[in-house]
Amino acid sequence: MIEVSHVRRAFGTLQAVDGVSFTAADGQITGLLGPNGAGKTTTLRMLYTLLRPDAGSIRVDDVDVLSDPLEARRRLGVLPDARGLYKRFTARENVEYFGRLQGLDEANLQRRVDELIRRLEMQDIEHRRADGFSQGQRVKTAIARALVHDPRNILLDEPTNGLDVMSTRSLRRYLLQLRDEGRCVVLSSHIMQEVAALCDHIVVIAHGRVVASGTAAALLEQTGASSLEDAFVEVIGSGEGLMA
Amino acid sequence: MSAWITVFIKEVRENARDRRTLASALLYGPLVGPVLFAVMMVFIMGQQRDKAEQVIELPVVGAEQAPNLVTWLQQQGVVVQPALDDPEAAVRDQAEDVVLRIPPTYAEHWTQGHTAPLDLIYDGSRTHAATTVRRIRALLETYGRQVAALRLQLRGIAPEVIAPLAVVDRDLATAQSRTGMLMAMLPYFLILSAFVGGMYLAIDTTSGERERQSLEPLLITPVSRAQIMLGKMLATSAYAAASLMICVAAFMVSLRQIPVELTGFALALPLRTALLIVVVVLPIALLAASTQTVVAAMAKSFREAQTYLQFLVLLPAIPSLVLVVNPMKPALWMVLTPLFGQSALIGELLRGQSVSFAAILGCSLSTVLVSMLFAVLAVRLYQSERLAISG
Repeated sequence: MIEVSHVRRAFGTLQAVDGVSFTAADGQITGLLGPNGAGKTTTLRMLYTLLRPDAGSIRVDDVDVLSDPLEARRRLGVLPDARGLYKRFTARENVEYFGRLQGLDEANLQRRVDELIRRLEMQDIEHRRADGFSQGQRVKTAIARALVHDPRNILLDEPTNGLDVMSTRSLRRYLLQLRDEGRCVVLSSHIMQEVAALCDHIVVIAHGRVVASGTAAALLEQTGASSLEDAFVEVIGSGEGLMA
Repeated sequence: MSAWITVFIKEVRENARDRRTLASALLYGPLVGPVLFAVMMVFIMGQQRDKAEQVIELPVVGAEQAPNLVTWLQQQGVVVQPALDDPEAAVRDQAEDVVLRIPPTYAEHWTQGHTAPLDLIYDGSRTHAATTVRRIRALLETYGRQVAALRLQLRGIAPEVIAPLAVVDRDLATAQSRTGMLMAMLPYFLILSAFVGGMYLAIDTTSGERERQSLEPLLITPVSRAQIMLGKMLATSAYAAASLMICVAAFMVSLRQIPVELTGFALALPLRTALLIVVVVLPIALLAASTQTVVAAMAKSFREAQTYLQFLVLLPAIPSLVLVVNPMKPALWMVLTPLFGQSALIGELLRGQSVSFAAILGCSLSTVLVSMLFAVLAVRLYQSERLAISG
């Protein structure tokens, strides 16, 4: 469970995040939807302690992110915007390195890596060096390394960016599995179809603020719009940056 | 297992798989010095010896004025060559190193017992001619002294009257101390190899990792930035140290390749001296890694880091050059100054002098201390938000 309340962050004179609050519950997929530049990535970066908020508080499973960032990170599995791999390591070695950094003992580590490779269908790239991986193979490896320590809370920044249709479909299936295991999944996206198809709870962000939140149905009802697209345009104020 | 060990092992392993890193850290870096050094030594020593032992060929203008002098020179092994029309031009055009001109007034002064003039024409700025000029001058002075002694004896005066002093050269330079003088540049090559050996890793593990977008995921793991930095810095140190040891070993081999007949004494780096040198210079691996990590963490991109670090490599040249130009006995301040201390102590070891354990300890401790200060600075840089954000 992740609770964000009144979080603000500025870069120079630019107020990137201007008082964002939301709660992401366990067993749900929460989607942060907004156009490019709305403050989604900055919000996520504050969640996973890479950036410090200027104001506000963030709790991950009742751990205060600001006062105990190491413990908060232990409870998070993160697929950040930057998803570079070590090209001279195989997919398996990439994941193992992060498992060791998470403090897994060797037996536990091998068991987890085997399981992730099976569940993410990575057997074909397990022993191949990451140099020359396709975008889909890279994302799979990045997700495996983010989840190697079996975190209860999972953050994904634009997870389907650059993926082809098949990879996107299998990723969505996997995220639904994680949700059904009772985990708290938060993802950001600027593609409304994706958010609508996947998320139980939608938080619409524009200009650094939460402009609407709820289920897809609730958003429709709230705006009185006839389609989801109209509803989003209605709450954001323009359709700019929302195209898939 | 501590996280910094995990980071250390990963960086050492990953970079060992990169042929370019391996070649620059463990091949070009450490081997350039010893090879260049041996080639330079053979060249310079060969040139000096040639000049010192070569038969002197000396064009003499106005030889008919002083037949006795010319005959004497020939007896001393000088090959007297015919006169030139314009001796100054010949020296200026580098056709001749040195020309002896006997002015027309010579014979007259000589027979009257006055001081007879001789012109030795050469270009003092051309250092390679200096040995020849020195030898000819010595010959002429010897001839002058012999004639003076004869003249005094003719007048019934003991020649000792005009030779109140008898200076005998007793050069105390041992073969090894002479080697040390020649090898004043060697510390520079050793220290350089440490800087070159670690350079690629320092860039790759910071700006390289950020540019390849893998730094952000790494910093999200529940490992403190200090541990991440420590693992990376020590991996850089390990490569620098490996480079250093290869460099010392290469010097042991390359110095033995220089022929004894060229230098007059055997140039060698005995195993004991080599091991002591490794001990003295090893802390430089830490200094190189910590300074390079700081610079790489400050740089905004891989290219920028590369540019800065190429300048940083010139830093260890400063103390070595100072000591080459102005050799001095290692004072306390020098021993305790990183880079300076190592240069001075290696110099002493190469000259065959004993170096006290306290000096090695003091030099190493001060270097480790300075490295730690840089490491602290590197941790601060790692903790800044700017380092983490790749986009």
